Amino acid sequence: MSYYKPKFRHPNLPKNDLGYTVADYDGSISTLCAGCGHDSISAAIRNACFLSSIPPHKIAKLSGIGCSSKMPTYFLGKSHGFNSVHGRMPSVATGASVANRDLIYLGVSGDGDTASIGMGQFVHLIRRNVNMTYIVANNGCYGLTKGQDSATADLGSVNKYGGTNPFDGIDLASLALLQGASFVARSFSGDKEQLEPLIRAAMAHRGFAFIDVVSPCVTFANHSGSTKSYAATREHLDAMPVDFVPMREEIRTSYREGSSQSVTLHDGSIIHLMKAREDYRADDRTEALMAVQSANASGDILTGLLYLDPNSQDLNQTINLATKPLNKLGKDELCPGSRVLNSINEGLR
Amino acid sequence: MRATDTSDPEYFHKVVDCQYACPAHTPVPAYIRLIAQERYTDAYLINWESNVFPGVLGRTCDRPCEPACRRGRVEEEPVAICRLKRVAADFKDDVAAMLPKAGKPNGKKIALIGAGPASLTVARDLAPLGYELHVYDEQPKGGGFMRSQIPSFRLPESVLDEEIGYILDMGVTTVFDTYVDSMAEMLTKGYDAIFVGSGAPRGRDLPKLPGRQEADANIHIGINWLSGVAFEHTKEIGKRVIVLGGGNTAMDCCRTSRRLGGEEVKVIVRSPFDDMKASPWEKEDAMHEGIPILDNHVPLEFVVEDGKLVGMKFDKVEAKYDADGRRQLISTGEAPEFVPCDDVIIAIGQENAFPWIEKETGIRFTSWGTPIINDDETFQSTRKEVFFGGDSAFGPSNIITAVAHGHKAAVSIDLYCQGKDLSKRPPPNVTLVGQKMGIHEWSYDSVPILDERKVVPLEDLTRSLADRMVEVELGFDAETAFIEAERCLNCDAQTVFTDANCIECDACTDICPTSCITFTENAEEPELRQKLMVPAENETQDLYVSGDLPTGRVMVKDEDVCLHCGLCAERCPTAAWDMQMFLYNMAKATPNLLEGAK
Repeated sequence: MSYYKPKFRHPNLPKNDLGYTVADYDGSISTLCAGCGHDSISAAIRNACFLSSIPPHKIAKLSGIGCSSKMPTYFLGKSHGFNSVHGRMPSVATGASVANRDLIYLGVSGDGDTASIGMGQFVHLIRRNVNMTYIVANNGCYGLTKGQDSATADLGSVNKYGGTNPFDGIDLASLALLQGASFVARSFSGDKEQLEPLIRAAMAHRGFAFIDVVSPCVTFANHSGSTKSYAATREHLDAMPVDFVPMREEIRTSYREGSSQSVTLHDGSIIHLMKAREDYRADDRTEALMAVQSANASGDILTGLLYLDPNSQDLNQTINLATKPLNKLGKDELCPGSRVLNSINEGLR
Repeated sequence: MRATDTSDPEYFHKVVDCQYACPAHTPVPAYIRLIAQERYTDAYLINWESNVFPGVLGRTCDRPCEPACRRGRVEEEPVAICRLKRVAADFKDDVAAMLPKAGKPNGKKIALIGAGPASLTVARDLAPLGYELHVYDEQPKGGGFMRSQIPSFRLPESVLDEEIGYILDMGVTTVFDTYVDSMAEMLTKGYDAIFVGSGAPRGRDLPKLPGRQEADANIHIGINWLSGVAFEHTKEIGKRVIVLGGGNTAMDCCRTSRRLGGEEVKVIVRSPFDDMKASPWEKEDAMHEGIPILDNHVPLEFVVEDGKLVGMKFDKVEAKYDADGRRQLISTGEAPEFVPCDDVIIAIGQENAFPWIEKETGIRFTSWGTPIINDDETFQSTRKEVFFGGDSAFGPSNIITAVAHGHKAAVSIDLYCQGKDLSKRPPPNVTLVGQKMGIHEWSYDSVPILDERKVVPLEDLTRSLADRMVEVELGFDAETAFIEAERCLNCDAQTVFTDANCIECDACTDICPTSCITFTENAEEPELRQKLMVPAENETQDLYVSGDLPTGRVMVKDEDVCLHCGLCAERCPTAAWDMQMFLYNMAKATPNLLEGAK
């Protein structure tokens, strides 16, 4: 019986700048179905945090309800975590990010948790540009309740019971673009080469970073009629490769001139976008929207970094919040005393 | 790289490191699991079929399996395989009724010269087939070096008698107390084949060292001296003893000396301590009994006063290694060191010696004094009906190697007696069976425990030094044996991959605790080894490579530190991975030796 992952690790596991191995970013063993795309996303998050040398205690994992929202248990076992009410993770994330701006917030949600019950909260995260990474593990079905069509199920997709979905699915990436998100990406759980650098870039981005990840439900939607199966996703995948170079690292890879564009994030990290398409520009929201829409129309799944505004202003800046986390503000800073009051009063005379 | 051909049993055989390293290829994990299940008799029988002397080997084996054990690559220490074998022998029920009996006579008659492990193995393998077997030995009892060289405090006589008895009871004719002094004569006795398992019986001496002749009364050749003790011709030794040599025989000589009146016993060896040939545990056992080991001392002379040995002089040296790793012992230039003593035992190696094999027999020898042998599969000499095995074939080795030679020679003799081609060897007996019992359940304990290697308890030192018949090691009790058995990683539970089922979901890669599995573009082996999640630096361990998968990549598994925990197969949604139990038994003259007896 093994509801337990053995403690032995490869003796030559590489270490990151903090001296940690990737195993230090592991969580408990997954209880999701064997072969679930979500487990691959968990591994990609784990690998991304390891590669970016983020101290696990500087990360807070937030989730709602659903298969997707169970995921945070399965990675970063030494990080903070909050498993909130269904669809209400955005309000918890907003509050937390305002209260302690020193932590890195990682929201993990699903198509139900985001596009159905949580839709109202989700758009406000975007509107406020809360400084967090928000990953949707999108499988187009309600796996936890036996595979009914979700709000992101594609029109014409066949469900487990043989029924064909009569509704157009909500495209979360288009929605995020429309709503003004400062970082929008799409990826596929089976493409870690792209997903890992996207997660690293999202975590380095200041502001709301959204990644919609197609993540096949291996139990209820991995059959021939499903549009989000492993096979269908691979068949229609139009992937734009991405590379992420953190600020403190030298650029070692050489890119063919004209073959890539690079975007520098606020912290000096660089994202390299390999041009799968000659004309694609990640800094043009209108063009990104057009590209996503036209891919959708032709049945392709366009993945990669769709849009990025590296100089966006996050919620904490917008509301002019103290630069220190609230829990670090002492009595003297919160009640600066009569001398400061007097000087304020003086200023108003 | 080309896709791995797992239909060749040698691929999975190599994955079971302990079994692969064992000359007789004993299915180690299989019997260790039986020990954990308290099925000691079954564990013993698996051993007996493969290595013939489980009780003897469980105490004395050179354990090539343990340095090979995978556990030693994921933590500090390998599984105590050898001592678990002893557990099977210690706790088994009476097995006599379960062993095969002599077969219906087939009319063929074989002579076996020397009653050591190689000859006895040949006899065991051939008896059920109906061969008439005549075992010759100059000693009054069978066992060869197992009896004459291994002291009773390491191997009780009762254990030896029992396991030799199982073989001799299969209708084997013993011609003991008989030194065979002419091969030419043996060849006239009407044997269909003759097997020579007479060992490497000549102990090396230092004939030219000054004082050797004068001090002869107090200088003993190690193997002869141990034999004298075993057969109770020698009952005492001086208070101060020098043992020359750094091998396991030297360790047995010094420890035996301690029990025969030696109070100040020293092992003195030419080489540095770390280069000594003795197994590390045998050196530890000697030092535990208060025997110092003086290394880097080259003997200069035996010092004789008034016609009696009073000590030895040594030149102190330093070892220097050249670029090729060749060692030179260079004198430090200090004055020779005098070590007083009453007796010296020379245990500096042994050689093959066949003064009894005449030239005209057509049996030819190499310049090293070993017989010219067809190859290390057939063991046939230059005279086609004569076969060699054990130490007499390739020079001094160990019991388990002699057993392995015996199995192969028995196959050859059987083929030869049937007039068949010796090069057409029977294949090994192999099975590969799925182990899935449920979503999270395998038929074996798949989760490795974290316990460290258990230490074997020892008899009280004073008591064991007082009597050479008292066994020093006490063996594991059942509870300790269970924990030690559970440390085994079940490397014979093979990870079998079916390309056609794989949907490339990465679940196996993500879950693998030791990062063994990578999906990547194929390449030549050196490049592929570097491309893995953790580069595969241990080149003695194979890469398991799949055929091309739908994305154009291949699955590559580095076998090196796979825990055989089965998580890849548990997390696989399509059963592309499966855990299948691999049982490999090397070919023997009698296939299904134990089934035939039931």
